[in-house]
Amino acid sequence: MNKIIKKEYFSEKVVKLVVEAPLIARSRKAGHFVIVRVGAKGERIPLTIASADKDKGTITLVVQAVGKSSSKLCALNEGDYITDVVGPLGQATHIEKVGTVVCCGGGVGVAPLLPIVEAFKKAGNRVITVLAARTKELIILEEQMKTNSDEVIIMTDDGSYGQKGLVTQGVEDVIKREKIDLCVTIGPAIMMKFVSLLTKKYNIPTVASLNTIMVDGTGMCGACRITVGGKTKFVCVDGPEFDAHQVDFDEMMMRLSSYKDME
Amino acid sequence: MDNKEYLASERAQSWREELRKSKSNKERTQIKRVHMNELAPAYRITNKEEVNQGLTKEQAMTEASRCLDCPTPLCMTGCPVQINIPQFIKNIERGEILEAAKTLKETSALPAVCGRVCPQEKQCESKCFYTQKMGKDAVAIGYLERFAADYERESGQISVPEIKIHNGIKIAVVGSGPAGLAFAGDMAKYGYNVTVFEALHEIGGVLKYGIPEFRLPNTIVDVEINNLRKMGVEFITDCIIGRTLSYDDLHEMGYKGIFVASGAGLPRFMGIPGENLIGIMSSNEYLTRVNLMDAANPESDTPVIKGKHVAIIGGGNTAMDSVRTARRLGAERAMIIYRRSEEEMPARIEEIKHAKEEGVEFLTLYNPIKYIGDEKGKVKQMLLQKMELGEPDASGRRSPIAISGKTELINVDEVVVSVGVSPNPLIPNSIKGLQVSKWGTIIVDQDTMRSDIPDLYAGGDIVRGGATVILAMGDGRRAAASMHQALSGKA
Repeated sequence: MNKIIKKEYFSEKVVKLVVEAPLIARSRKAGHFVIVRVGAKGERIPLTIASADKDKGTITLVVQAVGKSSSKLCALNEGDYITDVVGPLGQATHIEKVGTVVCCGGGVGVAPLLPIVEAFKKAGNRVITVLAARTKELIILEEQMKTNSDEVIIMTDDGSYGQKGLVTQGVEDVIKREKIDLCVTIGPAIMMKFVSLLTKKYNIPTVASLNTIMVDGTGMCGACRITVGGKTKFVCVDGPEFDAHQVDFDEMMMRLSSYKDME
Repeated sequence: MDNKEYLASERAQSWREELRKSKSNKERTQIKRVHMNELAPAYRITNKEEVNQGLTKEQAMTEASRCLDCPTPLCMTGCPVQINIPQFIKNIERGEILEAAKTLKETSALPAVCGRVCPQEKQCESKCFYTQKMGKDAVAIGYLERFAADYERESGQISVPEIKIHNGIKIAVVGSGPAGLAFAGDMAKYGYNVTVFEALHEIGGVLKYGIPEFRLPNTIVDVEINNLRKMGVEFITDCIIGRTLSYDDLHEMGYKGIFVASGAGLPRFMGIPGENLIGIMSSNEYLTRVNLMDAANPESDTPVIKGKHVAIIGGGNTAMDSVRTARRLGAERAMIIYRRSEEEMPARIEEIKHAKEEGVEFLTLYNPIKYIGDEKGKVKQMLLQKMELGEPDASGRRSPIAISGKTELINVDEVVVSVGVSPNPLIPNSIKGLQVSKWGTIIVDQDTMRSDIPDLYAGGDIVRGGATVILAMGDGRRAAASMHQALSGKA
């Protein structure tokens, strides 16, 4: 049982939860995730850790209400308890000084992108962050990103904020303007697919952080399996980050829809 | 007193002698082996009630009287945890069932579990005098074990094993499956302060997520776990050693010995085209959804596909558990696809029999080579390769060979791949200097279960790569004995 210390709405459907989890706060690194369960009949769902406070013993999760389980989690309030939080799981992001890094996130993928932006900046890289959303209200964590990036570019589908256009346009503008050594992308699978196609064209190494269906999250069930470079990989233990140019995004999107007609 | 002398002295007790004289061996051997009472197949596939209904006291006492109380009990040589089999069976024969249960618990932490899931026909019962010398059906040792454990539980007079004075030494156990529980029970008996760390939200490991309710009800596992709690064992869920807490953290917290029983992990797939289509999953995933997450219950948030034409790939106990689960979730056609013949199947005979009674089809000498999906990516067909048996391979079983040109296409809407697992990489990856085999199993001394890190012991599937509940428990017991020896030698 883990207590919710603080709850904040980023938008109508996106919630930030600060959760008591001292052991996880102490051992987590950028890129790690937790498995969360709400209620005795609850489902186990993976959520990337957005940030952590070792001293206060808390971790921060950013949750978008999309299905039954994420909606249940979003409906919890300050002082409520999450039935189970276990982690940190997955491989941490490989951080090193490479030069200029473009970090691009879409939707709720922006939350797990934040610790990666922070870590690359800290490692001495020039970090350009591209944030994308459908509309202005859905842009989250802009201030925190600005603090940790050399430049933040905002893209909205409807042009209500920043530039009008998709994340790929924002990224391509940067690529055309200067030399990029690494691209990191987190967001909906379709977005990562197109970012990956774009950077492949320019031969820029790209890392995608994947969020798939999981049950146990510890390498036991294989529900999260994907194809990377023609080989089956488990997102929970081999990932969640992979060489985006090797990931079969079409298969991943197909697998994400496994239980769609059951919800 | 060594074990042999101890057994002889027990056998020499006057009540055992009297019991032996009360019936002639001829009379005993004339009695036919008892039949397990079972639910009718047509009824049991509509629910998850336990199929085996156990023996009545009369049935158990009669079956117990078949046992000849051999001077050299061969049966015990077949038991990985060396249960004093004649002593517990003779207690049943004289009607002292609670005494029988106590005898079981001297050596087995989970008798009600073992009575249900042990492959007795390959262990104790295969060594029974009846099997070895008379060509008759063995004494039903497994049924009797289950009877004694169930009787004790239902009597409400569960005995808690005697605990030596607490020595204040802290011991950590990684994983709460059969190996971890057996180890924890023994160490608690020796007087240690035992903490069991479990990664999942439930205690019991494979007994909870793997073995279905109709073969091993969760309530029975919980009773055995509560028994360990009464012995002072502490359980912590949602805690992954190597992640939430490191090996070094455990040292800092004062743990003097660590037993790793983290179990099997990564499910194996066959690497054939279409294997990642929707509706194809590992048996670990399928069983975890249904057993641990209760996904067949409409109140559960976890979904599970309830296929109408379900194929299970493999011939082990996990495959049988999966196919029988599929039947209970409404599969009209539930099939076992196995590349050898039924003779080579690793599953227990009882599981195969139960599956057949429940209408499961056995497609033996078939091997899947390709899956075909619909426009949404859902599996709709599988291509099977017809096989034949060749010469015996490394496993001693005749190896399956493809018959060229002979394939068959069949319709399926769900496939469960049950072709084995690899050890869980979480622990081996997180402890520096731990020696691991090329299969990813932790290397230990076979007798002491000690790894090359002096305070780290390991057992169960993380060492064996995939075995049975009872072998895992045997590992746990051996590790406890040798860790106790090492720690008390230092003291």
